[in-house]
Amino acid sequence: MRTSIKEERDGLSSPQRQGIPADLAIVTGLKTGDPGAMANLYDRYSSIVYAVALRVLGDTGAAEDVLQEVFLQLWRNPGAFDAARGNLGSWLAVITRNRAIDSLRKRRPETDIEDVVLSVAPDMAGDAERARAAEKVRGALGAMAPAQRSALEMAYWEGMSHSEIADKTGEPLGTIKTRIRSGLIALRKSFQT
Amino acid sequence: MSEHEQYAENLPLYALDALAGEDRSQLAKHLQDCAACRLELEQFRADTALLALSAAGPRPPQRSRQRLMDAVAREPRPQNVARTKPARSWWGWLGWAATVAVIIFSLSLWRENSVLKEKLLSATSLQAESARQLEELRTVAAPILEPQAQRVTLVAAKTPPQPQGKAYYLKNRSSLVFLANNMPPLPAQKAYELWLIPTAGKPIAAGVFKPDSRGNATVVNPPLPPGTEAKAFAITVEDEAGSPVPTSAVLMSGAGE
Repeated sequence: MRTSIKEERDGLSSPQRQGIPADLAIVTGLKTGDPGAMANLYDRYSSIVYAVALRVLGDTGAAEDVLQEVFLQLWRNPGAFDAARGNLGSWLAVITRNRAIDSLRKRRPETDIEDVVLSVAPDMAGDAERARAAEKVRGALGAMAPAQRSALEMAYWEGMSHSEIADKTGEPLGTIKTRIRSGLIALRKSFQT
Repeated sequence: MSEHEQYAENLPLYALDALAGEDRSQLAKHLQDCAACRLELEQFRADTALLALSAAGPRPPQRSRQRLMDAVAREPRPQNVARTKPARSWWGWLGWAATVAVIIFSLSLWRENSVLKEKLLSATSLQAESARQLEELRTVAAPILEPQAQRVTLVAAKTPPQPQGKAYYLKNRSSLVFLANNMPPLPAQKAYELWLIPTAGKPIAAGVFKPDSRGNATVVNPPLPPGTEAKAFAITVEDEAGSPVPTSAVLMSGAGE
């Protein structure tokens, strides 16, 4: 069920709750064309957006271009983000990763930003909570078998299709699918326990 | 394996944009009709956002912020400015025809420019009004929504605080804000679910929530059918993923004041 539930997730509840009104204010401001809201958006989320773009592209100039593009897209179409269906930082991270992969693979965007909906995920607004959650993610990745982690990272950070991963690793397609699915679920569980 | 299960198997790949060709287009089509798969896709997308957290690196360069703000200043908002039709090339015509066409086109641009100016004036005024309304809204909403705000429930003397929920609902905007306090903790895998009870028809799911350690919870603007008249609101306990229909007894309810 899609909701605006802002539930606790293992110590992330407090910053997440703080992030809700601020995110709502930003999105409302963007909808009225308030440049101050854009400045607030940048101050809260530029570091995660830039970090994701840089990790994919490995080039500071290209990462900055993606950052500009992602924020301007939201400025042009603030209705694309539905505050009731996920938090802004997580949504921006997903949009940024998708755009960076499109840029890396020199392809046209495959997913419209309006189609990107995600259920509640950890808040990414503040450095402290991001660092704490990042540590948890890295712990979960570290606990995975190397082949599983590698499949997940090839798909996520290099934008490889499951067929390409199967070709590269010599593993059957079904194995790659399973590794990616169970890897994502393991990540999810690390935030539920 | 059912057809649905086959599609569901590809959802993680779709969430990662790692599905290509026919598989991708078939799943995209299936998603249009399958709410369960859409819900699962949202969950996998949230999982991919977790992966983004493992990215670490330097902050963007200082100039980046100014560059963005400059771009914002240069860029008119699409909804505030009427779209101009792209100019067609008339230059392939013979000389006289091109001249006439340029004159007509210039006249048309001049008229369009006048219309745009009028619309811009109107949009500017609208924007000022919206900004005023937003400021008013922020002032009113801050004590309600800001987590730093003190929330005090007054009860009769010697009465322990009771669970309490307040729903603020605007039918014409399908906008709902729900605040709860003193909510008892729940077992793992369980959550409270809020229901809008319409004047006619079955209860409509209006958000799942878990209270924080102090028993507080908030639901803001869950997706609701437009223009629904609410007779009452109610709360039940459901599985934490939520349920499309109430499956347990109503714990709390209230009708409009």
